[in-house]
Amino acid sequence: MSERRPIPFRGGGFAPTPRRVVPWIVFAVLIGLWQAASSSGVLPPLFLPSPAAIVRALHDLWLDGTLMEHVTASLKRIVPGWIIGTAAGLAIGLSMGIFSSARAAGLPIVSALFPIPKIALLPVLILWLGIGEPSKVATIALGVFFPTVISAYTACDSVPRNLIRMGQSFGLPARDIVAKIVLPGAMPGILAGFRISASVALLLVVAAEMIGAQQGIGAFVLTAGNLMQTDQLLAGVVMLSILGLLISWGLGAIERSVLRWR
Amino acid sequence: MPLHIEGVCHNYGPVAALDTIDLDIADGETVALIGPSGCGKSTLLGIIGGLLEPTAGRVSLSGPPPADSLNPFTYIFQDFALLPWRSVAANVALALEHRGLGAAECRERMAAALALTGLTEFAAAYPKQLSGGMRQRVGIARALVVRPAVLLLDEPLSALDAQTRELLMEDLLAIWAREKSTRVYVTHNLEEAARLADRVVVLSRRPGRIREVLRIDVPVAERGRPEHAALLIDVHRRLWALIRDEAATAEREILNV
Repeated sequence: MSERRPIPFRGGGFAPTPRRVVPWIVFAVLIGLWQAASSSGVLPPLFLPSPAAIVRALHDLWLDGTLMEHVTASLKRIVPGWIIGTAAGLAIGLSMGIFSSARAAGLPIVSALFPIPKIALLPVLILWLGIGEPSKVATIALGVFFPTVISAYTACDSVPRNLIRMGQSFGLPARDIVAKIVLPGAMPGILAGFRISASVALLLVVAAEMIGAQQGIGAFVLTAGNLMQTDQLLAGVVMLSILGLLISWGLGAIERSVLRWR
Repeated sequence: MPLHIEGVCHNYGPVAALDTIDLDIADGETVALIGPSGCGKSTLLGIIGGLLEPTAGRVSLSGPPPADSLNPFTYIFQDFALLPWRSVAANVALALEHRGLGAAECRERMAAALALTGLTEFAAAYPKQLSGGMRQRVGIARALVVRPAVLLLDEPLSALDAQTRELLMEDLLAIWAREKSTRVYVTHNLEEAARLADRVVVLSRRPGRIREVLRIDVPVAERGRPEHAALLIDVHRRLWALIRDEAATAEREILNV
């Protein structure tokens, strides 16, 4: 018998494993470097204020109520705009997913209008609806509408055909097939679409507020920039980031509860 | 219920899938449809259950289906076709909900179907929590809850591993001993055909025609006995002899997809 040699291990690796501390370290190191660069004078505060200055600005804005005033103004545009756009988008998108004639009628129009950056329509909406709130809400609603239509009808398409056949084979009426098979089956796609439309709404509210508004985070950021108050400007940007994270977290919670079966 | 298939033809566009199928199936009989892939056996099953419209011919049932049969033609699917967002009980209940039954009858039917398939304890589980075999048991329970006159099985065990398949075959035999429906069983597995069917209908390659009908004389319930082992092997051998060449041709075909 010759010598027994163990087989060397050559598997392992190439599988993502959680590293919980790493993101925090990266975050802390980047902010630390930034703070150090600011404190040592390498970064002029007008060009990029230090993290501490931004936190201070946020704190002051919070205390004197300006922050909440602008956030509330923005939310008063985002929430109705998103709800109107989503409701209309779901109605049209689901009809297109379920009825062939609705799809034939709707698809060319939706495809033609979808690529237009909706902010380009703000001037015409201002012309129609005035410079006040309705034109901004309408811009957001329009921007939310098209991605919602597309995600709703593609979500209907993604419902497996065999489940619909199963429903037919058990004699389910068409309305039950829609309510019990198509809609629940489309739900993951619809909820994924909500993430996209929420980010569109956030983008559009800032753009619309920069064009014509006294209040709202977009207006605040623009004014701060014009006055070269860079710390306030970045405080506004940080607030937008927090808002985006909160929306995404809320949608995540909804997904987890509605799609518990996954 | 006696089932009559008369002159059924089916074309997919220019391609003939089935050519003049004539077959009578007796009440309570189990007929297996086997053939090489692409012989149209699943197409024929779709036509029998009214999910596909034949190009020509017709399928009919003698007399009215029994009064307690809610859905005379009921399928069991190869991929189970369960709704992942519904629990086991809710998946089975899907077949009843639109029938306007009283709560008592629903409860009685559900309890019977879940008990017959051994799912009573799993009523609250979700499909993703179950093994393939248990998922197909849910598919079977959903079919039994409507008390079908004709049970249409579309390769019901093909998605399962060999051991689970063996267990489910035993389950099907036990269920069939207590439930009287006429059954059409599509499979490409010769052993399933030899074990479960009273008659095996061998279809030829595209366009599918009935090539041979093989009656197995030993009652299905007795086929597990050792003295019939040789018979089953013989049935298997004869079926294989009938489809081997065509299966080989089908296997070497370049698919147009």
